[in-house]
Amino acid sequence: MLKELGFEVYDAGDGKQALDRLKEVGKIDLALVDWNMPVMNGLEFVCAVRANPDHNDMRLMMVTTETEMSQVVKALEAGANEYVMKPFTKDIIVEKLNLMGISQG
Amino acid sequence: MAADSNISPEDFDYISKLVRDHSAIVLDRGKEYLVESRLWPLINSEGLSGIGELVKKLRTPSANKLHEKVVDAMTTNETSFFRDFHPFEALKKVVVPEIMKNRAAERSFTIWCGASSSGQEPYSILMMLRENFPALASWKFKFIASDISREMLDRCREGSYSQLEINRGLPAPYLVKYFQRNGMQWQIKDEVRKLVDFREMNLAADWPFLPQLDIVMMRNVLIYFDVEIKKAILGKIRKFLRPDGYLFLGAAETTMNLDESFVRVQLSQSGCYRLRNP
Repeated sequence: MLKELGFEVYDAGDGKQALDRLKEVGKIDLALVDWNMPVMNGLEFVCAVRANPDHNDMRLMMVTTETEMSQVVKALEAGANEYVMKPFTKDIIVEKLNLMGISQG
Repeated sequence: MAADSNISPEDFDYISKLVRDHSAIVLDRGKEYLVESRLWPLINSEGLSGIGELVKKLRTPSANKLHEKVVDAMTTNETSFFRDFHPFEALKKVVVPEIMKNRAAERSFTIWCGASSSGQEPYSILMMLRENFPALASWKFKFIASDISREMLDRCREGSYSQLEINRGLPAPYLVKYFQRNGMQWQIKDEVRKLVDFREMNLAADWPFLPQLDIVMMRNVLIYFDVEIKKAILGKIRKFLRPDGYLFLGAAETTMNLDESFVRVQLSQSGCYRLRNP
């Protein structure tokens, strides 16, 4: 979906892998973060990224089946910029990108 | 477009006339797809087999409630929070600051959403205002939102939305700040809901009294009317819009060839209209 929109895409199977990728690549503009992942979950990943000022500009968007208000609050308080509840469509992602000030690649 | 349609010309004409008689909305040939997609949920909930059976039922003398439901289904507008995004940016960055400056002495601000549908547009504007213009809380602030459909107005007043609806276009921080869970749905908090005066109003019929308006939102509703009604509506808006007020239409709409008293203004990536200076 994101490749169709013109973005360069990396993926990772869990939060720790994602952090490793981030270190490799150096700078990534946006991460779509699932919540429930093994080893390091989405919330932990968000906290880890936000603890590093080098990544202050990086946008973090939760994309998850967690739909309780308390989860949304937790994610935003941890530093996520946006929150998408599954199931979602391409339109929803595009609208969220707009909200985060990200134009299509 | 019309070729794939499952709707017979007679049935289409019947529905067209029904809708036109009750709302002045014009469904020309070519809008068959719209009729089908809007009526399918009703057809299913009534346990009917298709448009043909629906029209058959509508022709029976006892079908009054069904007529209402058909008109309702055809006149509602698909909407979402912060639909099209840019008009809300234009409101936030240019229109509202300018009007607040012009009204600094009288401290009064009045907005009208002329086709509130299920309420996302008025609530989007209100959330944007509360976030960015807290001073308005101490002003004489009036927010009117109207729609032809009583059912839609009930939805507006309730202010509850599904997961799909709050997933679309709504910034997550606003979700957290302005909504509460209501069973499986998400409901706008009382503090915002109570700010809107929701009224039943048929744009094509006589208008009730309206105050002088600073902003008029009339997005994606004029498209349903024929030229004469469009002109009549714009003429009435002209009466109520303050000389320095703003009118917002839908992205594909224009006052051109309809009413020369409006002039188009381009703001960031959004167009809107103002009254031409005398």
